[in-house]
Amino acid sequence: MRGTMRILALLLLGLLAACHRETRETDASVPFSQSGLATTTTVIAGGAASSRPDPRIERFEKSAWHVSEGQRLYTQFNCVECHAHGGGGIGVPLIDDQWIYGSSSPQIVATLIQGRPNGMPSYRRLLTEEQMWQLAAYVRSMAGQVPKDVPPSRGDTAANTPPLTLEEARPQHDSNLDAGSR
Amino acid sequence: MSPIQSALHPAGAHAAATATLFQIFLGVTGFFFLLVLLFLGWAILRRDRGTASDKRLRLTVAAWAMLITVGLFGLTLASYATDRSLFFAGHDQKPLRLKVTAQQWWWEVRYNGATPAQTITTANEIHLPLGRPAQIELEADDVIHSLWIPNLVGKEDLIPGRTTDLQLLPRQVGRFRAQCAEFCGLQHAHMALDVVVDTPEQFAAWEARSLQPAPAPRSEAQKRGHAIVTGMHCSGCHAITGTDAFGTVGPDLTRVASRATLAAGELPNARAWLTRWIADPQAIKPGNRMPRIPLTPAQRSDVVAYLETLK
Repeated sequence: MRGTMRILALLLLGLLAACHRETRETDASVPFSQSGLATTTTVIAGGAASSRPDPRIERFEKSAWHVSEGQRLYTQFNCVECHAHGGGGIGVPLIDDQWIYGSSSPQIVATLIQGRPNGMPSYRRLLTEEQMWQLAAYVRSMAGQVPKDVPPSRGDTAANTPPLTLEEARPQHDSNLDAGSR
Repeated sequence: MSPIQSALHPAGAHAAATATLFQIFLGVTGFFFLLVLLFLGWAILRRDRGTASDKRLRLTVAAWAMLITVGLFGLTLASYATDRSLFFAGHDQKPLRLKVTAQQWWWEVRYNGATPAQTITTANEIHLPLGRPAQIELEADDVIHSLWIPNLVGKEDLIPGRTTDLQLLPRQVGRFRAQCAEFCGLQHAHMALDVVVDTPEQFAAWEARSLQPAPAPRSEAQKRGHAIVTGMHCSGCHAITGTDAFGTVGPDLTRVASRATLAAGELPNARAWLTRWIADPQAIKPGNRMPRIPLTPAQRSDVVAYLETLK
């Protein structure tokens, strides 16, 4: 009996090894380049879409620090004005499953850089690329597209939507994918 | 020269009242503390003498109780008098109204004028005229902060979603250092600001200067710097009156070169430090909200050349 307890205690101690505290990546020394960004469509004429995912997707979408910075920028750069807290209004909603210009992080960053017709301005000269990736990660967290332990548990504003951590990941229907079949 | 950040060297009516109260408390409580130690020592010396008669014991205890009552009563009176003098300091004059908004990790200072053109926005530096009471409206944008200008007045918290206020009455010309006094995140310890008490003439001159739009760039380097600051990432967060930069996220840069420090009291405002700050803000204040902007060294020196004209 005592032996079992000891082994159990040791095993429980072993669990501590699983504790991991995320380090805040405040120093974005990795150079960014626009050349590596996805264009609006993932369909490449005469061939399949590139299957190798951008490593920056993981770097930003799996980091609670970057997602919470994205949340701050979302308010400070007044995305709320048009997109509300994800529900849309003047601009398109960001938590539904239809994405005109693509719903992946590189595509959202491309949208931020280039701007889009009918009102979405270009943030090329206002945000650094790191900030755009942070924003993209946060926007994806609003639709439950990032791991559940990453998004901030509740926003700083009154909201009638469930906290981001309770958001169910919905399949994102990328309108770009229809392009080939049309 | 007296210390620039010390509650024991008051330069304002409120700080003076509190400092006097502190000295009274220190004196009275110190006196009683010594008395207790004295009695203790005396009792230890006389430990073999046996106990005193009941009558003497009663008398001594009664006298002791009287003394304590008088002491506490005196302290209560002193507290009340201080409270009144804090309340009435500068009460009869029209105060200068300004607003301080705390953010992680800097202070926005705004003097609201009758019209937007008469409004002064600056950062990390408060200018106050000597002998005129000031009423500071306090707000916070993100988390709870606390404004503490030890030489002038006690602390007051800045709470998101709520407005608090702080009255003060400067009695001495000088430059003082204030600090955030409520833990507010990574760079809490590096969130300071300068408080400059000017003579009324100096203050009027500062006010007139601050209401002017930013000077136009003259030299070629300054013009290139101007184009970078207003055309690139800087203008997303910073505002410079009279230019295309009107971001509201970071400190207003219209008079940045006239301020004594950079980055909320973190760095002296000198060319070398400004260049270093722009090159890599995260190396100096990790976690602060200013990202590293990709600029070449030549572009950086143009930006600094332009920013140095903003006086």
